[in-house]
Amino acid sequence: MSTLLKIRDIRLEGRSDEQWNPIINGVDLTLQKGEVLGLIGESGAGKSTLGLAAMGFTRDGVRISSGSVEFDGIDLVNASAAVKRGLLGKRIAYVAQSAAASFNPAHRIIEQHYEGPTQHGVMSKADSIADGVELYGKLRLPNPDEIGFRYPHQVSGGQLQRAMTAMAMACRPDLIIFDEPTTALDVTTQIEVLASIREIVEEYDTAAIYITHDLAVVAQMADQIKVLLKGDEVETADTRTMLAAPTQEYTKSLWAVRSFERPTKPAVNTGAVPVVSVRNVDAAYGTVPVLHDVSFDIHEGRTVAVVGESGSGKSTTARCITGLLPPKAGEIAFDGNVLPADYRKRDKSQLRQAQMIYQMADTALNPRMSIGNIISRPVQFYTGLTGKALRARVDSLLDQIELEPTQYYNRLPSELSGGQKQRIGIARALAAEPKFIICDEVTSALDQLVAEGILRLLAKLQDELKLSYMFITHDLATVRAIADEVVVMKDGRVVEQGEKKAMFTPPHHAYTDLLLSSVPEMDPDWLTNLLQERGVDNIGDAAVDKM
Amino acid sequence: MMTILWIAGVLLAILAVAWAFRWAGQKATSNAPGFRDMPLSVAFGYVFGAALLIWAVRFYFQPTQTEQGVAVASVMFFRWAVQGLIIAMIAAFAFKQFGKYVGSAWSRKLFRSMPLTASFGILVIILYSIVAIFAGAIAPYGQAEILGAANVLPGGDPALGGNPDYPLGTDNIGRDILSRLIYGAQNTVGIAFVTTLLAFVIGVTLGFLAATLGGWLDQLLSRGVDVLMAIPSLIFALLLMTIASVWAPRLGIPLTFFMVVIIAVIDSTRVYRLARAVALNIVVMDYIEAAKLRGEGLGYLVFREILPNATAPLLAEFGLRFCFVFLTIAALSFLGVGIQPPLADWGTMVRDLAPFINFAQFAPLAAVTPLLAAGAIALLTVAVNFVVDWMLHKSSGLKE
Amino acid sequence: MGNVATIIMQRLLLGLLTLLVVSIVIFLAVNALPGDFAELILGQGATPEAVATIRRDLGLDEPLIVRYFGWLGGILRGDLGVSFAQLNFRTNLGGAGDVGVIDQIAPRLSNTLFLASVTAMIAVPVAVTLGVMAALFRNSVFDRVANITTLSSISSPEFFMAYVLILFLAVLNPLLPSLSNIYEGMPFSERVEKSLLPALTLTLVVTAHMMRMTRAAIINLLASPYIEMARLKGMSPMRVIVKHALPNALAPIINVIALNLAYLITGVVVVEVVFVYPGIGQLFVDSVKIRDIPVVQACCLIFAAAYILLNLTADILSILSNPRLRHPK
Repeated sequence: MSTLLKIRDIRLEGRSDEQWNPIINGVDLTLQKGEVLGLIGESGAGKSTLGLAAMGFTRDGVRISSGSVEFDGIDLVNASAAVKRGLLGKRIAYVAQSAAASFNPAHRIIEQHYEGPTQHGVMSKADSIADGVELYGKLRLPNPDEIGFRYPHQVSGGQLQRAMTAMAMACRPDLIIFDEPTTALDVTTQIEVLASIREIVEEYDTAAIYITHDLAVVAQMADQIKVLLKGDEVETADTRTMLAAPTQEYTKSLWAVRSFERPTKPAVNTGAVPVVSVRNVDAAYGTVPVLHDVSFDIHEGRTVAVVGESGSGKSTTARCITGLLPPKAGEIAFDGNVLPADYRKRDKSQLRQAQMIYQMADTALNPRMSIGNIISRPVQFYTGLTGKALRARVDSLLDQIELEPTQYYNRLPSELSGGQKQRIGIARALAAEPKFIICDEVTSALDQLVAEGILRLLAKLQDELKLSYMFITHDLATVRAIADEVVVMKDGRVVEQGEKKAMFTPPHHAYTDLLLSSVPEMDPDWLTNLLQERGVDNIGDAAVDKM
Repeated sequence: MMTILWIAGVLLAILAVAWAFRWAGQKATSNAPGFRDMPLSVAFGYVFGAALLIWAVRFYFQPTQTEQGVAVASVMFFRWAVQGLIIAMIAAFAFKQFGKYVGSAWSRKLFRSMPLTASFGILVIILYSIVAIFAGAIAPYGQAEILGAANVLPGGDPALGGNPDYPLGTDNIGRDILSRLIYGAQNTVGIAFVTTLLAFVIGVTLGFLAATLGGWLDQLLSRGVDVLMAIPSLIFALLLMTIASVWAPRLGIPLTFFMVVIIAVIDSTRVYRLARAVALNIVVMDYIEAAKLRGEGLGYLVFREILPNATAPLLAEFGLRFCFVFLTIAALSFLGVGIQPPLADWGTMVRDLAPFINFAQFAPLAAVTPLLAAGAIALLTVAVNFVVDWMLHKSSGLKE
Repeated sequence: MGNVATIIMQRLLLGLLTLLVVSIVIFLAVNALPGDFAELILGQGATPEAVATIRRDLGLDEPLIVRYFGWLGGILRGDLGVSFAQLNFRTNLGGAGDVGVIDQIAPRLSNTLFLASVTAMIAVPVAVTLGVMAALFRNSVFDRVANITTLSSISSPEFFMAYVLILFLAVLNPLLPSLSNIYEGMPFSERVEKSLLPALTLTLVVTAHMMRMTRAAIINLLASPYIEMARLKGMSPMRVIVKHALPNALAPIINVIALNLAYLITGVVVVEVVFVYPGIGQLFVDSVKIRDIPVVQACCLIFAAAYILLNLTADILSILSNPRLRHPK
């Protein structure tokens, strides 16, 4: 094997607040021909910046301050713009996170496909089109003869991502940088894209850098894994070693997240009145129906996870419960009493019983209000406490979410980290002293370690306060960690529901089965085994379409 | 035809020099990246800029009098312009330095990151406010006071038709131009400020209501605003002023009052659009949903949740709107249907003094007076725009 | 294609509807005048007979709605009524004045359109080129100087620009005439020469606006991921601009141009007054001063129509240049 890419002690800086701040502090990276390197790290670790630097490219406001990047003997840091242009697209290609935004909306997909080969003089236009159609076939895109002649907006996200992989392959490069190519996709779509990317990279023996924050994904794709933390390398090892025996504390803690799981609770007494009961709810946005006959119960002290892919109606169900979207048919009952459908018709005591925690803590907290005000408002509003008593209550709420009151009371949300903001959101919900809280994807915008902290906190609070949770999520690992019961939704209908244990043991409803099987696991052989077990045509969206 | 050939020739020459400049640079620095990757257009820009600078310096140092002792007005004007620019830069720089070391920690930090244009803008706004507020104390004469001599030329030199009592001369009926300029600050700026304020109260209130309540109110207001905005604002203002000019004497209300209301209403449509858009962006935030689900009333939502988050864009819009209103009032006055005499106002002054421009060849100073009034308008709007530009830049920069 | 045709039809109808509502607004505004038109036309010392004649001529006895439709019908037939000045003349002196508002406006409108086209012809290419350059070389010295200059230029009132130009190009260096007294039958070259100074003034103001907006639109565009993708595919800077940025920049640039041409409408009024250019703007201001309502009304409607038409054109062109609408799913 010969070395393709050699990065030595690279330092990258980004410009903000009128000064240069370090993004990457001296990282080495070596890639052999045909090898796939997984680059993982949390947000802000500098993965994408490093990935682009491997192409000799920096975004506006970013610079390489020192170090070297050598691609097949060519010094990319000091190469002229013309030399770099000759390499980019031809020998080094890039696959971006959002294919929908990275395809030019004004040109057909195939026009963008053959642009590289024709401009770099690799192939004629006709050859490149024929080759593109062949690549589309290999990547198992539907109608490969025809799909390239569509405009990007006429093709779905998962298909575009594969078309972009084909475009990267157009000149048969030696190296492809994959920058989180499946992060924005649903699990069933992700698995298809992963399988086809892996296959084509193997077939053409292309070297790749695969950037992601998802360990399980990288385990399927990479020969070698490099872990980054805030611009520093934590450790590098081949995939199996890394998974089996990480040496660094940080890496170990990343691995450990996956093992958090609550003990199973005893089953609900038959005849107990559920805290929240959703009964045969139909709902629509305007005339577009979204929910069809949705029913489930949530009992005291228990967590019901509502699972499904985007567009399945999870969040709409939550909007029906809170009364933001009055259902067309059916009713919502609280402690056995039916609530008015519209939240404006509910009284204070009804409103305070159901609270909500949001996905994006940034938009859930008023950026102009101090933490103290954010939490004290609902306390004052519902309990009428003022003065010292109010302050004492807010302090005890801050204690409950494990933030030091004196330190945080006067801060603004922008001065807090993502995880701390989410905790403030929890405190605001608790301030109303509710029996029931809706958690809408509360951990999906957070890094894994932080997310785990939030899940543990929610579990602790549930035990202390006998809270009931409706936990909306698309992440099955989270479901496994926290849920007592699971409701699976698809296209606005409940396809299966039951105790968690039952849900995670076969036999399943076909869709639940597909959903469960599509979640990548921390086993490097998982994807290979799955493909062998099911066959390439029975995974992901292709399988959904057959249902 | 000759001119076009001349221009083409000069541009070609600059292009040739630019090519040579880049080539020499590459040789001299042994292909440093700066010169190696420099497009020809950039080299052209550098050489063009250098040529312009050389020409400007040469022109500046040309004699202000011909050998026969006749003043060369264009050189004099050019010198005044350059000197004005330099003084402005020095003042802005000094003001920025002053701001860096005086004041609260917050204001000092603000001044440190401020571009020179913004500190210039703030300085000008402060000076205008002082002049406007203390106009009565600063101005040597009353704004409508008719003094002894009419058409006294500026400069205060009796040999050149001036009078030291009236440093900027007097107008055609003998009013002191300096005093009228100073009172103009009070009248023009004051009226524009009040008008903008009124436009904001109307526009923001309705815009916020439309965004928060939605439904038929939003539809009604937005369609109404669409129609009003389909008529160009100056044209609409002129139409309404025509009608107001008939009403004003019958009702015994000054026309200026009508003008304030008319412009405020027309401009409030633009404010409404922005306020509604800003509020709509805030209304979809989860914290608003949380407040609604808590059962909060409309007042709390608007004043505690929406307004604090809308201040930055609204403040910037206030600056822009003020400029717009100010220019509209100046234009109306210039056209003779705006602020009415005897109030001194800059737009009217420009119209009245405009004929002096034709004397520029013989008496460069005389031509300055109409430009002073017009320049006073321009300077304030430029200043406000500089500040707003910086504010917008800053708020967009924070998002990145 | 059916999709686009429907959307365009909708926009056209909406534009027409807006125009109709605007005509109602203008009509109502004028009818909010106190008392009687007749008195307004003839002044205080009018004889009762004269007032009665005028009332009959104008149909002031009829209800508001009938008068509106009469006015609207007249407009559609190309009859904008008779100006007060003419009416006064006819009534007091008994002359059979048949010079309608339309005859007064027509030649002046064509003069104004001439001025606007000369301006657009200079301003559009200059502004778009400079705007694109400022965007490409953003944060360079050129960009900063351009930013300060354009900002100063849009901040200055049109008459300031006009007088500065007169000072330098007409008085100190007598290159161009400062009075634009053009008349019918004037040779084309002379007409252009006389219109050049007002056109330059308008150009300065409009160019600054247009350039800033073009710059913003292009910068916005250059930040999109597909432009980065094109660069990462090793495409030359020229190709990135021409092939990837330009097709998507069309819609915003068209919008910018239309918006600024619409802005010209307002600017033209002041500039025509400064240069005594016999266009519709000057007629408008003169009529406002002597309160000649029919002329004011007609000019106002013409300005509004032009404004709506320009915005409509921009709307339709940007729909046509949007691939998402041209190639529906």
